[in-house]
Amino acid sequence: MASLSIRNIRKSFGSTEVLKGISIDVEPGEFLVLVGPSGCGKSTLLNLIAGLEKITSGEIYIGENLVNRVSPKDRDIAMVFQSYALYPNMKVRKNISFGLETRKVPKAEIEKTVQKVASMLQIEGLLDRKPSQLSGGQRQRVAMGRALARSPSVFLFDEPLSNLDAKLRVEMRTEIKLLHHRIKTTIVYVTHDQIEAMTLADKIAIMKDGILHQFDTPKQVYENPTNLFVAGFIGSPAMNFIPTRLIRSDGGASLVLKTGVNQSQNVQLNQSGLKLDDWFDKDIILGIRPEQITDTLARHETNGHFQSIECIVKVIEPTGPDTLVFADINGKEVTCRVHPDAQCRPGETMQMMIDMSKALFFDPDSEARINFNENL
Amino acid sequence: MTSLVHTPTARKKSLFDHLEIFLPKLVLAPTFIAGIIFVYGFILWTAVLSFTKSRLLPKYEFVGLYQYVKLFTNDRWWVASKNLLVFGFLFVVICIVLGLLLAILLDQRIRIEGAIRTIYLYPMALSFIVTGTAWKWILNPSLGLERLVRQLGFENFSFDWLVNADMSIYTVVIAGVWQSSGFVMALFLAGLRGIDDAIIKAAQVDGASLPRIYWRIIIPSMRPVFFSAVIILSHIAIKSFDLVMVLTRGGPGYSSDLPATFMYAFAFTRSRLAFGAASAMVMFGAVMAIIIPYLYSELRVKRNE
Amino acid sequence: MNDQMIQAVPNTPGVIAGRIFIYGLLILMTFYFLLPLIVMVLTSLKTMDDIRSGNLISWPTEFTLDAWKAAWGSACIAVECNGVKTYFWNSVKIAVPAVSISTIIGAVNGYVFSKWKFWGSEVFFTFLLLGCFIPFQAILLPMAQTLGKLGLSQSLAGLILVHIIYGLAFTTLFFRNYYVSIPDELVKAARIDGAGFFRIFWKILLPVSTPIFVVCVIWQTTQIWNDFLFGVVFSAGGNQPITVALNNLVNTSTGVKEYNVDMAAAIIAATPTLLVYIIAGKYFLRGLTAGSVKG
Repeated sequence: MASLSIRNIRKSFGSTEVLKGISIDVEPGEFLVLVGPSGCGKSTLLNLIAGLEKITSGEIYIGENLVNRVSPKDRDIAMVFQSYALYPNMKVRKNISFGLETRKVPKAEIEKTVQKVASMLQIEGLLDRKPSQLSGGQRQRVAMGRALARSPSVFLFDEPLSNLDAKLRVEMRTEIKLLHHRIKTTIVYVTHDQIEAMTLADKIAIMKDGILHQFDTPKQVYENPTNLFVAGFIGSPAMNFIPTRLIRSDGGASLVLKTGVNQSQNVQLNQSGLKLDDWFDKDIILGIRPEQITDTLARHETNGHFQSIECIVKVIEPTGPDTLVFADINGKEVTCRVHPDAQCRPGETMQMMIDMSKALFFDPDSEARINFNENL
Repeated sequence: MTSLVHTPTARKKSLFDHLEIFLPKLVLAPTFIAGIIFVYGFILWTAVLSFTKSRLLPKYEFVGLYQYVKLFTNDRWWVASKNLLVFGFLFVVICIVLGLLLAILLDQRIRIEGAIRTIYLYPMALSFIVTGTAWKWILNPSLGLERLVRQLGFENFSFDWLVNADMSIYTVVIAGVWQSSGFVMALFLAGLRGIDDAIIKAAQVDGASLPRIYWRIIIPSMRPVFFSAVIILSHIAIKSFDLVMVLTRGGPGYSSDLPATFMYAFAFTRSRLAFGAASAMVMFGAVMAIIIPYLYSELRVKRNE
Repeated sequence: MNDQMIQAVPNTPGVIAGRIFIYGLLILMTFYFLLPLIVMVLTSLKTMDDIRSGNLISWPTEFTLDAWKAAWGSACIAVECNGVKTYFWNSVKIAVPAVSISTIIGAVNGYVFSKWKFWGSEVFFTFLLLGCFIPFQAILLPMAQTLGKLGLSQSLAGLILVHIIYGLAFTTLFFRNYYVSIPDELVKAARIDGAGFFRIFWKILLPVSTPIFVVCVIWQTTQIWNDFLFGVVFSAGGNQPITVALNNLVNTSTGVKEYNVDMAAAIIAATPTLLVYIIAGKYFLRGLTAGSVKG
């Protein structure tokens, strides 16, 4: 396993700049996930790491080596593709050993490696089949086996689970995580699915339009996003963004929230630690996650951070483990997560508790997070 | 931690590795050179020839449009050109009508479709010379169709088109249509099968009858196939040489001449190089006038997809 | 036409009459297409007496293979009276190398155009595509001159060279369109596995290329065997392909016209491509329609 260092990478196709100065440092053995919406440049970045495309400017280091001009086969990497890219005319055994044969590894060693890899991925029974005779999940494993056999310094995964059905995806996700625990190789994993990113990564790099928006651990990205995009991208159901105003009130500061019940309700803010002085009487965006708006429970009422608010229930969606309640606050539809047994019916008023200790604030113009502190 | 065989990375770059970047271009080079010389270079050469007065041997002295003037004041060339328009028009239209009709019929889920399709298409496997030979015999003035119909009872039937200066070009149409309509049918059949079911179902729910569905929905949505068919058939028509040579030899006289046979006659048989070259260049221009807009529109569609 | 459409139509007498009409028309058309072939075969098995007294589809009073023997070995073509057999073998000698070489070069070209694109390669491809369409009249004269200078005029080798050169555009088109549909990720995976340009072609692409090879070989064989223009311009005398010989046979005005021999000779000329068509018809069709899918 080796470290991976991406320094100020830029990539243009013709006159279009697809990557606008990306810098990421990956520790040896770390699992990095590149995540972002379609077109953000994550697959392009992966291709640059692999050496399948030329870098316009910037440097890539694998371990100690500058690999800008090194061809893919010499970079000691292996890649698993979205479509698996198994060689259709070769049996599974040959698919796995192809790379080793090209490198003139002795036959006995190849045999041993193929066996080891097959048993690790539980595909021993498939070794003599052709890819067309395998199911999606089996092909996935063979693709991983092919990459594993080369025992590279860096593993690259390009949306490997996108072609699987939902159930299989969850199973394979866990297997990939277990694999990483076993072999502890550096992994760079590209996906557009933020759940995969959150569950698999040691570190997440969130990209949009060729720019790196945040590079952090999953916990940080979830609780401490740098801007509106990151906050809205990570987490499902997505974070609620409520446009509101910060006003002075006795006790300090409060937010104006109109829900259609009463004129408007002001919600107190416990100000300690929040430097919001510049923002009084200005428009501001409140970011609060659905699970932070919940129904009333005894323990919430004694917790100083929880503020109550009355909302008119628009729609409810029982999901089983909880119920999603949709209401309007300040004209925006807001998702709330309540206990499945809570009483609520569309059209009725319901009392909700908002955990203001987890509230985040964003500048409506720059979309940046107010008081973003990297060191939290 | 499980350790697998760690394959050493080949650090040393061989000469081959350096060459690899050029390999794709190297591989294409022979074709590239062949294209430049034998296609574009030769076309240029023919054009140059057409601006000279060469007869038996090439003489490279520039005489401007002399040959072209002679060409367009040549009666035989006008006959050939007119024939091309007549033949081309009839050939294309009849092939398309026949091909479309057959395709629609075959689209009706016929049990023996495979066999019928094979029979309709086999003429395409034949050389135009073979086709011409067969039809030359069938349309034989005394022993062919005329005699057959007469022996069936129609005493006054006459079919001497092959040796009739006014009708000889139409024999080429007959043979050409026989050879090529199967191909057009195959094109249309593929096009018919590519139509989205959902549209047809919607029309049926709307209460349209089958013929109406064909006439107002299916056929109009096959415009690209029509277009392709016209282009390909026109291309075949302009290049028609084999069929005329064997069927009528351009005769009687030169009544069934076409530009391709005209060119051959003057460039090779009569050893008038520059004159023949001029006729070749006019043919080339005609083909390019059709093909270039077609390719342009096709490639533009691809880019917009 | 899909199953739903058929099921939606009830089996009334009107519909059944319609089906009979359709089948009837289709069968009629099969006669139209088969008739020339039937006439050719029938005529070739008749004696000249039968031909003079009968008509196109009259049954022979006696079946004879004399015309066939004459066509193969003794018919007079131009100045020689040895039948078409020499010319048949000429066509074979021309077709085999021309088809194989143009196909192989086309395959590698198609590989480059689809998987190893470089700056200018698409433009080059477009110009190559254009080359499929040129009327050959525009290059006949210079080619005749060039072959003369190379000492190849009126030789089999010269004709083979011509067929290879002008077949490259089509073969390249076939392979390029085919390889474009093979996922690029296969090539990427192979590159990461360490395979180079030729290894990828040899081990990854070629093994899955059988269908397009068949299509290409069938197309090229049919084109080259059936060609007349190049044959009549670039060969002479004993070196001509069978199409030229057939034309000479049919259009000689000396002596008595032996229609049965003409027909037998035509069938001999048609047999190879007809056989290819019967055996591998669906690939033939794929070749025709692949050629008409541009870009």
